[in-house]
Amino acid sequence: MILDPSVGVRRRHLPSFADSFAGEENVCFVGPSIACIVIREGVKRRMAVKAFDEMNSGVAEGVRAPYRGVAEWLAKTSPERVAATRHEVDLFYRRHGITFGAYGAAEGSETTIPFDIIPRVIAWDEWEHLRKGLEQRVRTLNAFLSDAYGEREICRAGIVPEHQVLMNAEFVAMAQGLQLPGGVHAHIAGIDLVRVGEKDFYVLEDNVRTPSGVSYVLENREVMMRLAPELFSAMRVLPVAHYTEELLATLRSVSFSDDAEPNVVLLTPGHFNSAYFEHAFLADEMGIELVEGSDLFVDEGRVYMRTPRGPQRVDVIYRRVDDGFLDPLAMRPDSWLGVAGLLGALRAGRVNIVNALGNGVADDKSTYTYVPEMVRFYLGEEPILSNVPTWRCDREDDFKYVLNRLPELVVKEIHGSGGKGMLVGPTSSKAEIEEFRAILTARPDNYIAQPTLALSTCPTFAGQGVAPRHVDLRPFVLSGRKITIIPGGLTRVALKEGSLVVNSSQGGGTKDTWVLAP
Amino acid sequence: MLSSTAKNLYWMGRYLQRAKATARLIEATQRMALQSRGEEAAGVAAIFGMEDEFRQRQQQTAGRLATLIDFLVIDENNPSSIVSSIGAARRNAREERNNVTVDVWESLNGLWLELNGRLKDRNGVDRGALIESVKKQAVMIFGAAQVTLLRDEAYNFLQLGAFLERADNTARILDVKFHMLRPDGNPNAGVLDYFAWSELLACIGAVRTYRRIYRSALDPLKVAELMMLRRDVPRSVHHCLWMVDLNMRELADTYGTRGEADRLAGELHARLRYAKIDQVFKTGLKSFLGDVRRDVTTLSDEIGRQFLLD
Repeated sequence: MILDPSVGVRRRHLPSFADSFAGEENVCFVGPSIACIVIREGVKRRMAVKAFDEMNSGVAEGVRAPYRGVAEWLAKTSPERVAATRHEVDLFYRRHGITFGAYGAAEGSETTIPFDIIPRVIAWDEWEHLRKGLEQRVRTLNAFLSDAYGEREICRAGIVPEHQVLMNAEFVAMAQGLQLPGGVHAHIAGIDLVRVGEKDFYVLEDNVRTPSGVSYVLENREVMMRLAPELFSAMRVLPVAHYTEELLATLRSVSFSDDAEPNVVLLTPGHFNSAYFEHAFLADEMGIELVEGSDLFVDEGRVYMRTPRGPQRVDVIYRRVDDGFLDPLAMRPDSWLGVAGLLGALRAGRVNIVNALGNGVADDKSTYTYVPEMVRFYLGEEPILSNVPTWRCDREDDFKYVLNRLPELVVKEIHGSGGKGMLVGPTSSKAEIEEFRAILTARPDNYIAQPTLALSTCPTFAGQGVAPRHVDLRPFVLSGRKITIIPGGLTRVALKEGSLVVNSSQGGGTKDTWVLAP
Repeated sequence: MLSSTAKNLYWMGRYLQRAKATARLIEATQRMALQSRGEEAAGVAAIFGMEDEFRQRQQQTAGRLATLIDFLVIDENNPSSIVSSIGAARRNAREERNNVTVDVWESLNGLWLELNGRLKDRNGVDRGALIESVKKQAVMIFGAAQVTLLRDEAYNFLQLGAFLERADNTARILDVKFHMLRPDGNPNAGVLDYFAWSELLACIGAVRTYRRIYRSALDPLKVAELMMLRRDVPRSVHHCLWMVDLNMRELADTYGTRGEADRLAGELHARLRYAKIDQVFKTGLKSFLGDVRRDVTTLSDEIGRQFLLD
């Protein structure tokens, strides 16, 4: 069943939906900023729905078709071989410097993100469905961003309230009225998807600021081809290695200048940033310069990079620096990461900044709830991918429903992040719920609520053997003069049993993601 | 290539060479101290231009040479100590991970990790083993650079840094030690202290080289010639400035422009190349080396200016 994406608006669907997820074993609370999985001991006997397992669910016996090759491989591969392989993987990642250093960590303390060698497999027709949905969603988000910084037609039509845009903390007034090449604002989008059933995928979160993780998609594939070549000969897997070429083509296609070979650079906050290795990796693969703010300067409204040859003009900046730090003259004056005068050059149409400024208005928790309506408004189409049903507590009916169902819902602050200021109903005590009820009643407009979802699971090496573990998926969508999506994306996996999150900063792992050829 | 890349590689070359030269100098000085009067500490401090700092520290501490060695080897507050230099070289390399090869990065990072391991127990650090290790591995890092790096502009900047630093190191050592042994600058006056002069050669690892070239007893004039003017001695001032000039010319070809740094590099090279040792002593070794040292510093500044390194 694919749920109507507007289910959060059309009340009649709600009770049955929420009921179907109440009291299950592996309960996942999902929301735009956090996906945490909680095991509820003691409710097993009341278990109504099990998490969808991508290898085994829905087939009477044995294995779902896409996973046949993997199942055979698992059956004939010894645990010793697997242990040895996992050691090799770690060595490979360290040697290649694919490491992840959190802010504040001492120098030299970089760690690698755990990689699970059992691939996550997606069938061709499943992917085609997702691909179309992703393309539609990203086209919509780009249309919305153009509109939000343009005439705001969608506000005049009464679909998105104007304060949702203008009063948003992420709104950048400097970006108002900008005419960007191709009308594209979200050139690189990471759309987080979760699966809850055979055909049910939900968009958990849109990331259109500076989404990261694509270097793992590419490196994971490299590692897999090295470690299990026999699997590749048994299954036909669509390649992903052309991502950096497509990325470069996308970046070049959005230059303001009509220079045949526009100069593209990647702007990084520097090697203390936790994603620095991804920045260096992408710059290297594209053969472009990896620059920091101090490498660039603005003269006569143009951006240049400092080289021993003298100043070289820059046409497109793929920035991995947050909005607020880009230009000390226009944004935070204490920023050392940006370039003074950069926004002036942008407004003069001399340099393009990718992703565009102020994209945060399109991907926060509250805007998220409007995306299905945006699809209808801008494209005149029905949304292919659904949102996780969300109740907005500023709406009276929703609010009443939420109050009645607190023990089974997840309630979150609209501008909260990192799991703060939220209620996870099923794991909270009665007292905690009552305490939260008071807070919620005081400011209902500050909260949204979502049902508890069971994320799908994939076979994963855990401890001594193979066990199902929860996964999500972040495909990367490139928008330039055309939209390009490499098959698959980054699969994040919650490696440990019990309460845990898939975020790489919190100890989750990754898997190679295989889309099978038709 | 970015100016910041050029700058990082230039300084990586300088710091690595500085650590290596310091290690060798300390080793030679220690050996010398075992068999002589004990002026070594002040002399070594003078080579680093740190007489004042050293004297200040000395008032608070009893041990002379040992104190200085700690200051030069493991003191992280001294920006030129071996540990600080290796740390700085590693920082430069880390920022240019995509511009250096895995071999260069791994050998440099390996040395840095090893030093950190050794320094965990600050009192029990085996100074001798640490110095030995720095000497050996610095050679390996330069070797890895020579064997694996692409010969492009970045390589030229690495070479420029290493050879300018080395020219400066050798000139300083010769200047200070020669004038400690011969305060009047006359190579032939007084009794020849065999150990002191061979120690001077050992500072640049050239005792055997001296024998091979001159096949004669130690002669202060020849020691000075070897360290300054011999083009075939890889640590001589002449050799280093030749290499500097060569790399500057390659950069000029790449960029199609020339500036003050090119002129000065060519002039310095020519000065060392056409100098005669008798002539040098006639006008005075002190003023000759003083001019060379001053011009090497100026050249470093000019390189910064010309290639936007600053």
